[in-house]
Amino acid sequence: MAGGIDLIGLNSDVLDVVMPISLVINPTGRISRVGRTLAKMSQGEDLVGQKFSDSFILHRPRSCNMTFGILKGITGQKLRVGFRNSPGIMMKGVLVEERISGCLLLNLSFGFLVFEAVQKYGLTNDDFAQTDLAIEMLYLVEAKTAVMDESRRLNGRLQLAREEAEEQASTDVLTGLKNRRAMEQGLARMRDEQTPFGLMHLDLDYFKTVNDTFGHAAGDVVLQAAAKVLLEETREQDIVARVGGDEFALMFKGPISPEKLSKIAKRIVTRLEEPVMFEGNTCRISGSIGFTCSEFYDVPDLDQMLSHVDLALYESKDKGRACTTMVTPALLEKAKKAHEIMA
Amino acid sequence: MHGLINRSIQCFIRDTYGPAAWGDVALAAKLGFSNFESLMTYDDELTFAVIDAACLRLDKPRDTLLEDLGTYLCSHPNLEPVRRLLRFGGGTFSEFLCSLDDLDERARLAVSDLELPNIELYREGPGIVSMYCEASYTGFGHLMVGVLRAMADDYGTLALLEHMGIEEGREVLSIRMLDAGFSSGREFSLAGGVA
Repeated sequence: MAGGIDLIGLNSDVLDVVMPISLVINPTGRISRVGRTLAKMSQGEDLVGQKFSDSFILHRPRSCNMTFGILKGITGQKLRVGFRNSPGIMMKGVLVEERISGCLLLNLSFGFLVFEAVQKYGLTNDDFAQTDLAIEMLYLVEAKTAVMDESRRLNGRLQLAREEAEEQASTDVLTGLKNRRAMEQGLARMRDEQTPFGLMHLDLDYFKTVNDTFGHAAGDVVLQAAAKVLLEETREQDIVARVGGDEFALMFKGPISPEKLSKIAKRIVTRLEEPVMFEGNTCRISGSIGFTCSEFYDVPDLDQMLSHVDLALYESKDKGRACTTMVTPALLEKAKKAHEIMA
Repeated sequence: MHGLINRSIQCFIRDTYGPAAWGDVALAAKLGFSNFESLMTYDDELTFAVIDAACLRLDKPRDTLLEDLGTYLCSHPNLEPVRRLLRFGGGTFSEFLCSLDDLDERARLAVSDLELPNIELYREGPGIVSMYCEASYTGFGHLMVGVLRAMADDYGTLALLEHMGIEEGREVLSIRMLDAGFSSGREFSLAGGVA
C-alpha cells in the first residue's frame, strides 16, 4: 500500500527513543499511545483514550472537523499542530499511516518555538531524541546571544573612544586650520617657554550675508578661501585657528613688532576682500581685526590678552568694519570708561 | 590568538588577582594597550608573552596557571555563558566528555573565527577515557585539566584527572569517572540562559 509503514517492531520502547514527541491515533480517532516527552507536555492530563480532535488543534491545513478520514487524507504533509488547552506553542508534525493496524502515527517537533517550549514544559536533554537538533538550536541561540552582547559592548566602547578622539582632535574639519583647543595649547606653550608672540583676532564681515544669500555651501567655500589667505599670510611656526563660526585667531611666534603685525593685519583684510566665486555668484566679504603683542605685558596673561584683542576687534567693527585695531593703553582706558558707564 | 581567548586570560588574572596584577602583566608583556577586545584577533606571540609575564608576576608554574585558568573559565560567575554553552554538550559528565570531540566545530558555530585545538577521545575501559589534544602550542592540555575538573564538579561527578604528558605531539589526559552521582552538581536548565 502506498504511503503506509509497517509499525510491527516499533513498540513503545522504540518509539520513546526515536520519537519521544509522537502519538498514535487509532481508527476510531482516539489516541492509543503517547510518546514520553509528549506525555510530560500534557501536564498531568492522560491523553491515551481521548479523542485526538478534543486534545489537539490543527493549524495547517486548517480544519474544524478532524475526523479520522480527514487526518488520513493529509498523511505525509507538513502539519502545524498545537495543544487545545495551551495555545501558542505550535509544533511541526507529520502523519503516517500504519499498514497493518490502520492507525496513524503523528510525529512532532518544535521548530523555531523550541526555546518557548523548553521553558514552558521544563524540558531537558533527555526529553529529546538523540538525533533531534533542538539542543544544538538552543546552544546556537545562547552562543549568538552571548556574542551579540559582547559585540554591543564593543560598539559602546568604540563609540566612546571615537567621541574622546574627536574631542582631542586639534583640527577644524572644514578649513583644515587648528581649532580653539590647539590654539589654547599653543598660547600656553609660548607663555611657559617665555617666547614672545603676537596675537590676532579676526572676525569676518558680511559672512552672514553670503550665507543667507547664497546658502551654506557658499559660506563654506568662503571660509575655506579665508583659511587659505590666513595660511599664506603666516609662517610655518605660526598658529592659525578657527575659533568660531566665522572667527579666527592667529598666533605669530617669536618677537614681532606692532608695525609688522599691523601691516600683516591690513594685508589680510585686503586679501579677504578679493571676491570669491561660487556657482556663478560673486561672494564678497571683509574682515575686522584686533591684535596685540606679548611684549606689551610685563607678565603675559592669556585670558587678559584674549579679552584685549576682543576689545580691539570690537573697536574695528565700531569704526565701520574692514578695519584693524591694535591694543593700546588708550583703547583699554576707553573700554574701561564705557564699562563704567554701562554699570 | 582570538580575542576571546586573550580576553579570558585577562579577566582571569583581573578577577582572581586584582586589577593591579593585570596592569603589571600587561606592562611586563609589553602589550602597548591595557585591554584585549574579545571580538578581535591578536598575534599569538602576545598571548604567550602574557602567560609568561603572568607566571612571573604571580610566581606560578605555567601548568598550574593554565589549569587555574581552565577552572576559572567554567566556574566564575562572570563567565556563566561559557559554563552554560559547555553544559549543552550533554546531560551527563560522560556525554559532555564525548561532546568535546567536536568542541572546535561547536566553537566555530558560535564564533566563526574562533579556532580551538582538536580533541579526540578514546574509551579505555568502563569509566576510563583518554583525551588527546592537538594544538599548535603546548599547555592546552593543562587548561583542559582545569576545565574538566570544574565541569565534573558542575555535573556532580567524582572524577580523577591526570595530565599524562605528550605523545606524538599531542597532549594526553587520563580521565577516570568514579561516581556519576557523587554530588547533586549545579543547576542547569536548557532555557535558563536567555530570559
